[in-house]
Amino acid sequence: MDLKTMTYIVVGATFALYLGIAFWARAGSTGEFYVAGGGVHPIANGMATGADWMSAASFISMAGLIAYNGYGASLFLMGWTGGYVLLAMLLAPYLRKFGKFTVPEFIGDRFYSNGARIVAVICLILASITYVIGQMKGVGVAFSRFLEVEYDTGLYIGMALVFFYATLGGMKGITYTQIAQYVVLIFAYTIPAIFISMNLTGNPLPQLGLGSTMSDGSGMTLLAKLNLVVTELGFKEYTTQTMAGRLDMFVYTLSLMIGTAGLPHVIVRFFTVPKVKDARSSAGWALVFIAILYTTAPAVGAMARLNLHETIQTGEIGSPEGNLSYEARPQWFKNWEKTGLLQFEDKNGDGRIQYYNDKNPEMAAKAESFGWKGNEMVKVDRDIIVLANPEIANLPDWVIALVAAGGLAAALSTAAGLLLAISSAISHDLLKGVFMKGISEKAELRAGRISMAGAIVVAGYLGLNPPGFAAGTVAIAFGLAAASIFPALMLGIFYKRMNKEGAIAGMIAGISVTMLYVFQHKGILFIKGTEFLGDLGPNWFLGIQPNAFGAIGALVNFAVAIMVAKMTTEPPQHIQDLVESIRTPRGAGGAQAH
Amino acid sequence: MPPKPAQRTYWQRNLRLTLGLLCVWFAVTFAAGYFATPLNQFSFLGFPFGFYLFAQGALLVYLLIIGAYVRYMNRLDRDWVRESAPGEPRTRFPDSGQ
Repeated sequence: MDLKTMTYIVVGATFALYLGIAFWARAGSTGEFYVAGGGVHPIANGMATGADWMSAASFISMAGLIAYNGYGASLFLMGWTGGYVLLAMLLAPYLRKFGKFTVPEFIGDRFYSNGARIVAVICLILASITYVIGQMKGVGVAFSRFLEVEYDTGLYIGMALVFFYATLGGMKGITYTQIAQYVVLIFAYTIPAIFISMNLTGNPLPQLGLGSTMSDGSGMTLLAKLNLVVTELGFKEYTTQTMAGRLDMFVYTLSLMIGTAGLPHVIVRFFTVPKVKDARSSAGWALVFIAILYTTAPAVGAMARLNLHETIQTGEIGSPEGNLSYEARPQWFKNWEKTGLLQFEDKNGDGRIQYYNDKNPEMAAKAESFGWKGNEMVKVDRDIIVLANPEIANLPDWVIALVAAGGLAAALSTAAGLLLAISSAISHDLLKGVFMKGISEKAELRAGRISMAGAIVVAGYLGLNPPGFAAGTVAIAFGLAAASIFPALMLGIFYKRMNKEGAIAGMIAGISVTMLYVFQHKGILFIKGTEFLGDLGPNWFLGIQPNAFGAIGALVNFAVAIMVAKMTTEPPQHIQDLVESIRTPRGAGGAQAH
Repeated sequence: MPPKPAQRTYWQRNLRLTLGLLCVWFAVTFAAGYFATPLNQFSFLGFPFGFYLFAQGALLVYLLIIGAYVRYMNRLDRDWVRESAPGEPRTRFPDSGQ
């Protein structure tokens, strides 16, 4: 059986599984549609949260980022996980105690204001839409690479699938499908890593393999060997290289953490468990399941980097026979050349591949003396690391097929979670909460399904015609969540004196500062040429890059909110009692009783 | 209505615990990042220690933090029930159920 048939079978089987689950877990009430009836076991919820949170970016890009940035990638690794500590201790239990369906609903009730609720809805929709475009793109790319169909066709298949199980089952269907998707994606990620770790170090656990001695008889540890290989080629030392200045890295990490804790599709997962104490523990479980992938990623990255250099630099550096001849390149090299993500250019015309850092003046001088005319691997896209891994390690076809199914599972699960957050903000917060207060449960459920379908169509359209700024919008998604939603929630819980004036002023100030800073460097609405300061280090405020500015926005939000609250009247007594009640453990209302 | 004394102690203990654990979170993320170079002189499981913290250590500490929080808060919840209703026999926390 060839690889293509095998891929169709494996991917087809996983899809049949998702659809079967969706049919079994149909939603009959709004409670089931928005929060799965509030009856999901914390371990199951942790697994679903893991799949919800780990997107195509985690599955495909993470290891590549680590492979090329070494220690510097710590900001992503820590930033995307440390947020769960904040979630577990600062938000999840209290929001669960409050016992409603959506994040804007909490903000609207706590700050006794529809204005606050609408501001929250806008932030939520902007953050979720920008995020979902990336996921839809991931779905299209994964389909077109593995099923060899057009990008557009791949995207339509993905949309139809999400449409079916998300509108049918709502949160209930999504939750149980995500559990299945978690299982698929974690196997797809770890199995190749185990094989590769075995090959290189003889240790089957990639996490330990990364620290082990190489089994090639050199007696060096894997990391020492990798440091040696990359520094000899003029790259920075792997275990100590950094990506940015200290303050910049510090603020960037903090932004990712606060952003993680403020992203609505993650927060809403903690409304689905039965009790307050389950909300605490399910944040822990989510992190356990995320950690399985996130501790494997550094091993995958380091091992792939080592494999890549050793494949190309086969002998001593500078000796005429030391580099791989282009004619002898392996099959995976040819496959990825076809996609354009891997490009070779024979600059010195010797028919051999030289891959080194020609930006390093010392190395460039040395290379000159070998007769090298510059780095010949003109393009090595970081995103191919995970996808090409099983081919590089010569693993059987079913493993390659599994990786395809895993990438699709990661993209689909996150897209579904985001789409639900968007549709519930529209049907529950805007329709039922503000514009059509008397709407019946049945009508609301129908409105939920219709807005879900609408959200899928919009996301699909944006996935087909991705706006030029798609890459830059991640900064906005995290920045918005960090600068608006997180501080409003935290102040609502921990500062009883916080009133509606303070909260609204804080959210608006936080968003505005973040947006202005991003636009100032990346162009107004990302339109090229409208930026009034170039996106360069010297122009950045204290050297902080626009992607990292969410934490500063959050700081501004806190400061403005507290100042305004102190100058205006304190919130009414029943709101202060509400705060008191979410702080005490007894009697968390059911999520559906309301 | 002003909070009852039991309620206030519960909340203050909760705040103290949260703050303490946040300090640990801060130390392992930011302080360890700042001192990564000196920490790299130590070796741990074959890794330079500063690098290990990034690759796996910080994540494991995050898990321990949440674990400690869950354990301690569950106990605090039980105590709270006992203290706020001293006449009742100690039962499993009735809480939060529906």
